[in-house]
Amino acid sequence: MDIVYAIWLRSMKRFVRSKSRIVGSIMMPFFLLLFLGFGLNNVVQIPGLGGNYLVFLIPGMVAMSVMFTGVGSGVQILWDKQFGFLKETLVAPVSRLEIMLGQTAGGATTAVLQGFFIMIPALIIGLKVPDPAGFLVALLFMVLIGIGFTAFGIALASRMEDMTGFQLIMNFVIFPIFGLSGALFPISSLPSWIAPLTLIDPLTYGVEGMRYGLTGVSQINPQACLAVSGGFCIATAVAGAYLFRKIQ
Amino acid sequence: MTAALHIQKLTRCFNDLVAVDNISFDIGQGEIFGLLGPNGAGKTTTLSMLATMLTPTSGSAIVNGIDIGKDPDGVRRSIGIVFQDQSLDEELTAYENMDFHGRLYRIPTDTRKQRIEELLKLVELFDRRNDIVKTFSGGMRRRLEIARGLLHHPRVLFLDEPTLGLDPQTRNHLWTYIATLAKDKGITIILTTHYMDEADRLCNRVAIIDHGKIIANDTPKNLRDGLGGDLVTIKSPDPAGVASALNEPWVIRTETHNDEVIISVKNADQYVSAIVTILNEHRVPITSIAISKPTLEDVFLSLTGKTIREQDADSTENMRMHMRMHQKMMRH
Repeated sequence: MDIVYAIWLRSMKRFVRSKSRIVGSIMMPFFLLLFLGFGLNNVVQIPGLGGNYLVFLIPGMVAMSVMFTGVGSGVQILWDKQFGFLKETLVAPVSRLEIMLGQTAGGATTAVLQGFFIMIPALIIGLKVPDPAGFLVALLFMVLIGIGFTAFGIALASRMEDMTGFQLIMNFVIFPIFGLSGALFPISSLPSWIAPLTLIDPLTYGVEGMRYGLTGVSQINPQACLAVSGGFCIATAVAGAYLFRKIQ
Repeated sequence: MTAALHIQKLTRCFNDLVAVDNISFDIGQGEIFGLLGPNGAGKTTTLSMLATMLTPTSGSAIVNGIDIGKDPDGVRRSIGIVFQDQSLDEELTAYENMDFHGRLYRIPTDTRKQRIEELLKLVELFDRRNDIVKTFSGGMRRRLEIARGLLHHPRVLFLDEPTLGLDPQTRNHLWTYIATLAKDKGITIILTTHYMDEADRLCNRVAIIDHGKIIANDTPKNLRDGLGGDLVTIKSPDPAGVASALNEPWVIRTETHNDEVIISVKNADQYVSAIVTILNEHRVPITSIAISKPTLEDVFLSLTGKTIREQDADSTENMRMHMRMHQKMMRH
């Protein structure tokens, strides 16, 4: 545990020190929330939320923030490789699993904190949580998305030589996962041939779970959301740990 | 003297390239041992195997009495390593880098604090302990890495090209540190270098490695003395003429490299006039004559027929060729 803590501590120190990175990664979902939320609020009718698109969008944007930060934190090991720091941890008498778990814990914490940074302005511009316990539900899903996608990032990074392929992964893997998740629109409004795609997207369940917590309404049963999100965490953690073992 | 390292028939291949070829030697406790050779000779590969970062293709090594193949974690706990490329977290402070290392090696909090303070003072970075590493110069980073490598009290410290890319003054400074460390703490230090002066000045013993093979292993003094005295370098448009003219009993050895003839002579100063007279008698033109004490560079030249710089260029070229071939093969 002390090794996991040491690596987690390092992530936290780097996080606190990287003010520009914090602001940078908040701005994207924040602007999306403002522009789409206010711009489309009167145009889009969402079933079950009194037609309020802004409120519908908030859980999606929080999930987006958590997911992108998580993947980014996982891919941090590629930067560590490039700057040589990874060697320092790899040559220490510690197991690869401990390193991987520490990196995941650090990344997930960072991701959840970034999610909160979006939630605060969201509360100001119109989010009304029906039940305070809903926050805890949302927090649970944020943690699951954070762990799952940090581990996913580690798994990807373990298979990559350097950062050059990352843009490609971003465009062809990460962005479609986000786009298909129902963060921006209700999954029921999609054509029937796309619907199965959204249902195999793990982020869909995270977004819907958070939506249940923050607005009280969701299109997928929250227990199913919890089961799939939890399963995704375990699967990516196992894959990440397995692939990270082979990193040189 | 007990052996800190016992290396036996260690070999490592990368596909068809034999990077380290069946090397065997012992390193005694408290020695500063230098692995000297051009780029691509196999120094870093040897070090990586000894530090359990790379598995040998065949052969074995015992580090601090522990077999690298049987208990890699045990080896890792007992060694410190400073890599050729920097391995600090630039966004953390000097202290935090040390602290992270201490935690990774499970050093208890109190001991950790005390040792970090002591080591940062040793490398004269204590005043800068709370500064971000990004603001450090190359020499400061190297010192910090050495301090970090010592934090868990290793009995063997590996330094891979410790002064690569540093200015002469910083290099001198680092050499003093390293020498002091070995003397005061009794740590065995194994360093790789392709700087002859570094090996000469710092090491008790030097193994010269070329193309993955150990071609000499002795004290710098013995290696130099092996050349048999002073060196007289005669430059001439007719080197073959020089070599055949100087067929005298006091000439210990004669070597020809391009337009230079290098002869080994005891007490060279006494023979300069004789050399000039003989060459004049044989009507061999002389461009220049120089007398020097032999250096490890001359030892390397005499052993391999090339200067280390020529060899550097060659092996870099070989490596490139090899990579290109490999890429082609991968594509087909």
